[in-house]
Amino acid sequence: MTPRFRPRAAWPALGIAALIVFNAASDLRTGGPGLIGPGAFLHLAIRDGIPSGPLIDVLNYGATFMILAIGMTPVVATRGIDLSVGSIMAIAAAVAAVLSVGGQPPPVSIAAALGAAVVCGLWNGAMVSGIGLQPFVATLVLMVAGRGIAQLITDSQIITFHDPALEYIGLGRPRWLPLPFPFLIAVGLVGVTALLVRKTALGLLLEAVGGNPPAAQLAGVRSRRIIALTYGFSGLCAGIAGLIAAANIKAADPFNAGRNLELAAIFAVVVGGTPLTGGRMSLAGAAVGGLLMQTLTTTMYARNVGADTAPLPEALVILVVALVGAPRAAAWARQRWAR
Amino acid sequence: MSRVHRSAALAAIVLIAGGCGSRARSGGLVVGFSQVGAESGWRTANTRSIKGEADRRGVTLKFSDAQGDQENQIRAIRSFIQQKVDVIAFSPKTEDGWQAVLEEAKQAHIPVILTDRAVNVQDTSLYVTFIGSDFVEEGRRAAACLARATGGKARIAELQGTPGSAPALDRKKGFEAALAAEFPGLTIIKSQSGNFERARGKEVFEAFLRSPEGASITALYAHNDDMALGAIQAIEAAGKKPGTDIVIVSVDGVHDAFQAMLDGKLACSVECNPLLGPQLFDLIERLKRGEPVPKRIITKEGVYERSQVTRETLAARQY
Repeated sequence: MTPRFRPRAAWPALGIAALIVFNAASDLRTGGPGLIGPGAFLHLAIRDGIPSGPLIDVLNYGATFMILAIGMTPVVATRGIDLSVGSIMAIAAAVAAVLSVGGQPPPVSIAAALGAAVVCGLWNGAMVSGIGLQPFVATLVLMVAGRGIAQLITDSQIITFHDPALEYIGLGRPRWLPLPFPFLIAVGLVGVTALLVRKTALGLLLEAVGGNPPAAQLAGVRSRRIIALTYGFSGLCAGIAGLIAAANIKAADPFNAGRNLELAAIFAVVVGGTPLTGGRMSLAGAAVGGLLMQTLTTTMYARNVGADTAPLPEALVILVVALVGAPRAAAWARQRWAR
Repeated sequence: MSRVHRSAALAAIVLIAGGCGSRARSGGLVVGFSQVGAESGWRTANTRSIKGEADRRGVTLKFSDAQGDQENQIRAIRSFIQQKVDVIAFSPKTEDGWQAVLEEAKQAHIPVILTDRAVNVQDTSLYVTFIGSDFVEEGRRAAACLARATGGKARIAELQGTPGSAPALDRKKGFEAALAAEFPGLTIIKSQSGNFERARGKEVFEAFLRSPEGASITALYAHNDDMALGAIQAIEAAGKKPGTDIVIVSVDGVHDAFQAMLDGKLACSVECNPLLGPQLFDLIERLKRGEPVPKRIITKEGVYERSQVTRETLAARQY
């Protein structure tokens, strides 16, 4: 096992830094807005004491990726995968919107949405550790069926709601710290989860189950229960992300909420230092990996790259970050250096 | 059952079937419809209209949802051919790859109707007609509407639909053609895809507002209502007034867009009508009567402007 102190969040953080430098350099060329002028990537406008700008957008929209990645990390650490998170987002959004429009108070609609998300996650867990389906297949089932369920809940319509408390989840800017509320949720979630994993035996058990399942089983670890719980947690995180996505547009969009986000979340986990082969995990790395995904998207907007060509530079950046972080690439570089 | 009994039963069935047929012409019709999926509220309204109209006319509708997969659509059409339906209609997922299955339908003498999207085949006799919106015309109408709402002078940000999709390509083409030919005072200064999604529309428009050109944007052209509705939230969050600081036009005419027009935030919405059911089954009945039908039928559509929208028109909106 690699030593604990190795900072796994470093590579995606470097990727973010490189993208910011690239944007700043592009803004500095002649005719551009300058380093922090209006229109620059690093520009911060402050209105009513609330900062806004591309960097704040990265925190705001990156929160969804961060939260999905935090939920996905324990799943991946135990050699699983969760493809259903995007659909669970849509289900949670649908439940909250329908209840809110139906006149339920915010605590009820939020609790019901998160409850539905956890049930979805535990269903995945039961399929994987109870019945023994491959995680890929088990969660693919819910990925496909879940979107249908969300459409069933909303009667195949986008449900617009007016509910200040619910909207605050996505649009809120607390007075004591005027940053996007979704980002604060994500940071809080990293903190709580890291405490749970590192200050209790949970982290050890997770890595034991992922590192060598038969050995863990023989050593008396209840691996099946632990695996089922990781999917439940992933479902909960997807539910939170779904609430944020809905609150952000004051509507539940069962067709598009969370679509294709599962792959971005898995990438964020892997680039953050949790290998798909399981056995070790980095929550902070996954969260920073999630921010990297959004930094990429926001960069494409800022540099006017069309959506038809954007996937190419995005794929290149992802490839470079993944290569730089790969152990074998690092060993190769060290060898060249020594010569 | 003896042979005599069996043939008597068969005769009875034939008699009953014949009797039904003469009572109501369209009653005996069997139509196979392959829908591309249920990817948006527009598509769901489209499905409902077709199913509802089949019900109303007593047509047997074999409906198949391809869930966004062309393979599923081809499979559904093959099974319609095997079941010897009277007419096949479908909303093709993409333009290409239909040659083989359409030839099979032609050999089986089953007429094929395309709804809402076109196909790309060498031999246009492979389908009878294509009924659907003219997306290029929608783009042109949006431009005319924007010109009216802005007095012919505007710096426009454009939110495009899904890259490569026919409505996105054609709505852009029609809009730009109209700008070049008729409205020199309108210029597009920003353009990016919002994927036809409300959330994407908001996120991209925020990025527009933050760009160096952001402060000079005076109008928005969105390829669908949902993106415009997202952009409205971005504009409000930036402390500007949608409808006055930034004039907005979009396409589709969905319920929430009518609400936005009523609130004065959206200048106009060019209709793209999903309620194809009545027109489709009129067409099918004409086909069955042996009447000639035109190769291209454009859906009846209008343009809704802010001034025309009242509480009543909003309440009457079906989708």
